[in-house]
Amino acid sequence: MTAHHDATLADSYNFAYLDEQTKRMIRRAILKGVAVPGYQVPFASREMPMPYGWGTGGVQVTAACLTPDDRLKVIDQGADDTTNAVSIRKFFQRTAGVAVTESTVEATLIQTRHRIPESALTAGQILVYQVPIPEPLRFLEPRETETRKMHELEEYGLIHVKLYEDIARHGTIATAYAYPVKVEGRYVMDPSPIPKFDNPKLSNSPALQLFGAGREQRIYALPPFTHVVSLDFDDHPFEASKAPHDCDLCGASDSYLDEVITDDQGGRMFVCSDTDFCRVRQEAGHLGAMAVPNLAGSA
Amino acid sequence: MGAVDLSIWANVNEATPLLSVQGLCKNYGARVGCAHVSFDLFPGEVLGIVGESGSGKSTLLSCLAGHLKPDQGEVIFQTAQGPRDTVVMAEAERRRMARTDWAFVHQNPRDGLRMGVSAGGNVGERLMAVGARHYRDIRATAVDWLGRVEIASDRIDDRPRAFSGGMQQRLQIARNLVTGPRLVFMDEPTGGLDVSVQARLLDLLRGLVREMGLSAIIVTHDLAVVRLLADRLMVMKGGHVVEQGLTDQVLDDPQHSYTQLLVSSVLQV
Ligand SMILES: Nc1ncnc2c1ncn2[C@@H]1O[C@H](COP(=O)(O)OP(=O)(O)OP(=O)(O)O)[C@@H](O)[C@H]1O
Ligand SMILES: [Mg+2]
Ligand SMILES: [Zn+2]
Repeated sequence: MTAHHDATLADSYNFAYLDEQTKRMIRRAILKGVAVPGYQVPFASREMPMPYGWGTGGVQVTAACLTPDDRLKVIDQGADDTTNAVSIRKFFQRTAGVAVTESTVEATLIQTRHRIPESALTAGQILVYQVPIPEPLRFLEPRETETRKMHELEEYGLIHVKLYEDIARHGTIATAYAYPVKVEGRYVMDPSPIPKFDNPKLSNSPALQLFGAGREQRIYALPPFTHVVSLDFDDHPFEASKAPHDCDLCGASDSYLDEVITDDQGGRMFVCSDTDFCRVRQEAGHLGAMAVPNLAGSA
Repeated sequence: MGAVDLSIWANVNEATPLLSVQGLCKNYGARVGCAHVSFDLFPGEVLGIVGESGSGKSTLLSCLAGHLKPDQGEVIFQTAQGPRDTVVMAEAERRRMARTDWAFVHQNPRDGLRMGVSAGGNVGERLMAVGARHYRDIRATAVDWLGRVEIASDRIDDRPRAFSGGMQQRLQIARNLVTGPRLVFMDEPTGGLDVSVQARLLDLLRGLVREMGLSAIIVTHDLAVVRLLADRLMVMKGGHVVEQGLTDQVLDDPQHSYTQLLVSSVLQV
């Protein structure tokens, strides 16, 4: 790929901010990740003009994947309009001049923090996850040399110790986010802090899924149609649980919900965390229990 | 060197040693760790290793258990598929053996336990490492093993931090023995415990060794441990084995001057 110098872009930046050599280095890491699904590939993470907590890993992966024809969507906890999502979207509008969208269906590349969109992804789409801690064994084995050895030799007893501890303490597998998975029967992987409700969507997706951890300097990937299994016990099987409600705005019964406080008298409602999904449903005439016109219109 | 005839063990036990060590050497730069150590260990046999501080006991044990790579020598273990030199075997296989056929009990329970994991999780780890995926079965086995090392079952969800030193050591033993290993390495298993606690732990260890027909190699400073547990005794000095034989014979009729000192209790800690 060649460098793009477009008069409409901020002059001082290369296309998508990173220089071509850095993007090549990141693409090599991505390709290696695609070749070995679930394996954490080290890469030389660059300083980005934003703090680490803002998804610098995801931003670098996105920068390395973007082409001028892409249409970018950025979500944070399912929403397109949080500060984090807006900043990253603006960043790529300025540095790459790419089109942006809030529509999951129209986007060619989606960068996400903590969610997988509700609408099924399609072939050709890329989903880029922001990852804070890529190592699923970290919490019980802090030594990096040892966890790397465990991955190499497929010694994964420890990940079940964590699930065991969960059940011993809470009576059930209480892990609700970053729920560990096994990829193609080989690598145990942290899917980033998505709710476990989203875990089934990791498997057999027609889209390419890329994971970038900036501070930890790791990239990993799930190529399209990768088999991904959420780990569990025979007598405590994995469950993709969610709040037992329908969305109060669009009535969806099968989407991941956020609980929203509506007033200071304890009023609350459940709404889709995926704002695009919810909006599209409302526009198509689906209405939830609290979808009074002023509420539906104000978002 | 005591001219003790050890051939009797070849007849008493099965003819094939469980572990056969030949010419094992390990140096740390110019310093000798252990040198030219050879011996056979037969199934069901307990070997004690004694010697003054710095004599190479831990070095030898670490080489045998695959924690350290020896500079020279063979460590032939009788695997299910026949005798194999664990020194040259692939690391993956050696580590698999370390969590199935072998066990290692450290002097400091902190080195052998996961301090942030409950007692049940500590005992269950090896089971899960070899594929156990049924929570209730894992828990039932953990309860059983806590009982066998005399830890009340209502402590199963407590972390080792909440346990006394003796309990931590017993938990470490349970965690190691739960998968029914054939060979147990112990480095000063009773060190750091006070005397009454030591005695109880020794009784427990002796019971388990007998009951499970374990083979074991125990490094210790403590002749009481040796008398109670070891069928055979190896005495080390300056990295070399200076005397070995049946425990009673070595202790009753020590040949080497260091062993004589040891037995005369001058060197007993
Ligand atoms: N990691 C190391 N680096 C350098 N020298 C070492 C190392 N470990 C042990 N040694 C040396 O090797 C020799 C044997 O030590 P080792 O720890 O095996 O003795 P030991 O018999 O277990 O002693 P102790 O009874 O005090 O535990 C000693 O001279 C020791 O200083
Ligand atoms: Mg030692
Ligand atoms: Zn909705």
